[in-house]
Amino acid sequence: MTGIVAAREAEIVEEFSMFDEWLDKYQHIIEMGQGLAGIDEEFRTDAYKVKGCQSQVWLQPAIENGVVVFKADSDAAITKGLVALMVRVLSGAPASEIAAAPLSFLEEIGLREHLSPTRSNGLVSMVKQMKLYAAAYASQEASHG
Amino acid sequence: MPVFTSEEIAAFRSRFPILSRTVHDRPLVYLDNAATSQLPESVISAVAEFDRTKHANVHRGVHKLSQEATDVHEGSRDRLAKFLNARRREEIVLTKGCTESINLVSNTWGRQNLKSGDVVLVSEIEHHANIVPWQILSTAIGTKVVPIPALDDGSLDQAEFVKLLDGANGPVKLLAIQHVSNALGTIHPVKEMVAAAKSRGVATLVDGAQSVPHMPVDVQDLDCDFLAFSGHKMHGPTGTGVLYGRYEVLDSMPPWMGGGDMIDKVSFSGTTFQDVPYRFEAGTPNFSAAAGFTAALDFLEEIGMDKYHLREAELVEYAHRALSAIPGLRILGTNPNKAGVLSFVLDGIHHYDAGMFLDQMGIAVRTGHHCAQPAMERYGVTGTIRASFAIFTTEGEIDALVAGVRRVNKVLGAKS
Repeated sequence: MTGIVAAREAEIVEEFSMFDEWLDKYQHIIEMGQGLAGIDEEFRTDAYKVKGCQSQVWLQPAIENGVVVFKADSDAAITKGLVALMVRVLSGAPASEIAAAPLSFLEEIGLREHLSPTRSNGLVSMVKQMKLYAAAYASQEASHG
Repeated sequence: MPVFTSEEIAAFRSRFPILSRTVHDRPLVYLDNAATSQLPESVISAVAEFDRTKHANVHRGVHKLSQEATDVHEGSRDRLAKFLNARRREEIVLTKGCTESINLVSNTWGRQNLKSGDVVLVSEIEHHANIVPWQILSTAIGTKVVPIPALDDGSLDQAEFVKLLDGANGPVKLLAIQHVSNALGTIHPVKEMVAAAKSRGVATLVDGAQSVPHMPVDVQDLDCDFLAFSGHKMHGPTGTGVLYGRYEVLDSMPPWMGGGDMIDKVSFSGTTFQDVPYRFEAGTPNFSAAAGFTAALDFLEEIGMDKYHLREAELVEYAHRALSAIPGLRILGTNPNKAGVLSFVLDGIHHYDAGMFLDQMGIAVRTGHHCAQPAMERYGVTGTIRASFAIFTTEGEIDALVAGVRRVNKVLGAKS
């Protein structure tokens, strides 16, 4: 079974396979972050803030045309790049797919360490929030649908 | 003349097994000693040897192993008393760390001696471990926690300190003050501050977490009522710590945690407690680690704390000069009276990004608020990059840090 999320993950794995050097990889991540639209200043509030120890992450979920759309931002460049990566993979995908995504591509591109619970970059909490939001929406859809 | 020759420093390094490992295929440059220092082989093997040959519960056991284990455990207390120049061995309470030591004081001495409206004076740049226990006490009994303001150079405002001590913000009953700032490295004039407090009848607690591991600290000279610190920051095992308390003060304090070892007689009609220090040591202590703590003291005394401090002063001066030359780098805490801690920020670069990049280069620094959020607020930053040294740190490692920071600047620096 392949879905939108899996297809996007495969695309990213392919994209990252050209980097041998860690610096190139991180520069690519940072560039992805620079390309991220981010979120409007009015949403950069505690209500949208994902709890993280060192870098701040904001997540603003919304439902547009029946799919879950995420906007996100961070004050640190690497974290913002990782946030952009997660938005690219998950935003606009069906809610049930987001909730169930194992996100194994992070392992393949050598970034699993960023999702370990001991990392203090807020990314773990952000992914958890994204999935919780999607799961809540998916169950709402199921009960109404 | 340098404090140690490069051969002597190389010899120190060779005693730390971890320093020979690589990180991301590069030699480890360990500059996070203020968080936890590394263990020399002698400490690692002292713990292992204890576990292989003497491992048994301490106190009261009549069998041989228990007696030997007790000798090792109580031996660490004797060594600590000597190391700190305490008047007697009973003044050393063995805890699991500096945090527990401070919490012990807030929960016993604090509850017994403080009342609603009383002021506990701390500094604005205190570690959370010397703020939060006093805040918890405030919530319970209505005391106030008042910070002594810090100046721009990372030192404390001594004029303001005297005003506060004289009751500007309510009657001060306790001065609970760090000896050295973990976030900035400033060495505070605690001896003078303790004397000022004492002359006004104010009790004193010194948080020695960042001083005892790096310089000579003599409790009789300091003349404080309490001194708290951790073993893991002084080349000892984690889970070891000390609360030094003046005997008369300790003896007047009620117990905090109840359990085995801290009692005299237990009965459902009433329980009586042991003498100090055992009254404060409920439950089975970390006796294996105590063997390592003694070995760590051996190592430190072999070097000499005065020389340890002088060597770190050399490193701080060297690092200060080298880092200051980097464009966009700002050192926080420029007071020249500093221990082996250097905190800095990079213009336009998040400390987390810098830390991530330095890690990829094998350089271990700490980034963030260093458990001193009020200090970060005082200096208008969300966090810093902190390099902290030890006896095995070399100028070459500081050069690696400087090269790493330059590279970080180049890759992440503000783009026009």
